[in-house]
Amino acid sequence: MEKFEQLHGVAAPLLRANVDTDAIIPSREMKRVSKQGLGEGLFAGWRYIGEGTREEAPAFVLNRPEYRGASIILSGPNFGCGSSREHAVWALREFGIRAIIAPGFGAIFANNCVRNGLLPLVLDASQIETIARWVEQNPAVNRVLIDLPAQRVTADGQHYAFDIEAGARQMLVEGLDAIALTQTRQPVIEAFHEARRRQRPWLY
Amino acid sequence: MWPPRSSSAAQKHRSTGLMGLTLFDKLWQEHLVEQQPDGTDLIYIDRVFLHERTGSIALSSLAAAGRRVFCPQQVFCCMDHIVDTYPDRSDDTTMPSGRDFIVATREGAQAAGLNLFDLDDPRQGIVHVVSPEQGIAQPGLTLVCPDSHTCTQGALGALAWGIGSSEAEHALVTKTLRVKRPRSMRVRFTGELQPGVTAKDMILYLIGRHGAAGGSGCAVEFSGPAVQALDMEARMTLCNMAVEFSAFTGLIAPDAATLAYLQGRPYAPRGEHWTAAEAYWRTLYSDADAVFDAELEVDCGNIQPQVTWGTSPQHVVDVTARVPAAVSTDVVSTDAVSTDAVSADDASTDAGDAAGRARALDYMGLEAGAAIAGTPIDCAFIGSCTNARISDLRLAAAVLRGRRVRPGLRAICVPGSMQVRAQAEREGLDQVFRAAGFEWRASGCSMCFYAGGEHFGFQQRVVSTTNRNFESRQGPQTRTHLASPATVAASAVTGVITDPREMLSQ
Repeated sequence: MEKFEQLHGVAAPLLRANVDTDAIIPSREMKRVSKQGLGEGLFAGWRYIGEGTREEAPAFVLNRPEYRGASIILSGPNFGCGSSREHAVWALREFGIRAIIAPGFGAIFANNCVRNGLLPLVLDASQIETIARWVEQNPAVNRVLIDLPAQRVTADGQHYAFDIEAGARQMLVEGLDAIALTQTRQPVIEAFHEARRRQRPWLY
Repeated sequence: MWPPRSSSAAQKHRSTGLMGLTLFDKLWQEHLVEQQPDGTDLIYIDRVFLHERTGSIALSSLAAAGRRVFCPQQVFCCMDHIVDTYPDRSDDTTMPSGRDFIVATREGAQAAGLNLFDLDDPRQGIVHVVSPEQGIAQPGLTLVCPDSHTCTQGALGALAWGIGSSEAEHALVTKTLRVKRPRSMRVRFTGELQPGVTAKDMILYLIGRHGAAGGSGCAVEFSGPAVQALDMEARMTLCNMAVEFSAFTGLIAPDAATLAYLQGRPYAPRGEHWTAAEAYWRTLYSDADAVFDAELEVDCGNIQPQVTWGTSPQHVVDVTARVPAAVSTDVVSTDAVSTDAVSADDASTDAGDAAGRARALDYMGLEAGAAIAGTPIDCAFIGSCTNARISDLRLAAAVLRGRRVRPGLRAICVPGSMQVRAQAEREGLDQVFRAAGFEWRASGCSMCFYAGGEHFGFQQRVVSTTNRNFESRQGPQTRTHLASPATVAASAVTGVITDPREMLSQ
């Protein structure tokens, strides 16, 4: 998995509450048994005029020329709520998004992010609004700096510290493969499995 | 969790080792393999469910990496998400390319030796209906599925939660997940439900009061006399929408009703195994002196039939009420007894979101201040893992018997499983639905969501027993109103959103 350490990028404000994974990638855009080819369907319901078309809605933030190269999204509370579809994260990554800054995330979505090198970063809503106002003055120039090892966002000369679970941070910073990491504990797991077979035999 | 929080009162309480445990504590402890240096817990996963929409990619990606399923006999696959629900269905779906998902799942399941409830299997249906129905979900086990509504199965006292496809691969290969321990919340439902008010109304009411992020980061135990009074299927409805409350999962302690429900089901233990299992299951409750990170209380006597007006489940009102104005603070947390985990800011996710509410009103084509009852509808849908079990169909049929759907209105009933369908046909309910003007379908997730195939149509207004009223969820610009099966049936008859209580009492 691609490591995440520092990111200095254009941040696109999408300051809505409860942006659900159906909005991030509508089910109709999940056309193949694949993690690829999803970027085009990102936010399809908002990004394009009419269902199934690719005619861009000019007002949608990611269609505005100054935000086309965005690698960060600034959003509202409960981002990524709803369906567990990991396609939402794959679509964001393919589009070029590496971090979402929001006051809170859907739990399954946040875990999916961490498994795919996308940083779910929590700041207060008021901090996010302050950053968004500054970005909007000149999006191409007013870039946001995220330093994950230091757990710090820098925007307009201000530093914003953020919390992240140690496990998630390590996974992102080191670009770890969770399965490979867990497989190092295989003997402990197998012992647990055998003990459980004896203790709760009706399950096996 | 997200956002991460410092160690909680309940964690400190637990660490003394002297005081009681919550149901969740007991389930977590039972499955804790070991704590990891990175602060996560390695949790043993008893059973995994997959479906063709997200399971196909997990299986193909696992095979591509050359990884093997640790314990294939504990993995179950359902075809439910994008299968057609027409009676003569095949692998070809209304959704373009649906066949690819079905075939990839079937081939992946067969190659790995997994249990498969295929399209032509009489047990086929929606994963969260099939699993309890077959006795696969049981008290005290852990069960995960790459599907957010896996929390439904917490109704049996299982620790069941939704995950992504990568996490599913992890569970399949290692028989564990690395999980940051969630916080605990108890929601006590006191009092008695009024006639015509259901578990669907309870959960919508809760989300309306405390917001779509009200349970964020918490394993939520539903308890209290009104929960104990619910039958098992209603408990599943309650737990189903825990994810719409942003909870890690929903949970209900097993009791006599749970045991009675499980006994004799195909995967339920028998004989000596049943005796041993029952002895363990009877220990699964929250101790009287257990401490939760947060507690809420809801008086069920106050709950009216609920119906959503907007594009988030928290956009909900009494069916007797008016559509709220965009600038409103009707998401409150006055029921909170203790709000250690849920700050006022978390609970009132929408109170400051006037723009979001205005946008929702515009999307839904509704006027603030108008009565929600009487809103003309185009379609009615009874289906989904929320409300398509036999008791849901019986309730809807009680409204529909001797009545007809308003002419011109499209009404569809999709039973939650082929077993539910068969049972309904034995009871003659299919005749009630058909005579009323409902389409009577084979089982699947159907139009709970629009996957590129069948849908309700541009800007059509649907009153629906499903769980999500998100923009375009049921079709392009489709306007969804979530409600109970009784409310959907009553609204189908009148052609406008309707309080079901009058029809139910006649």
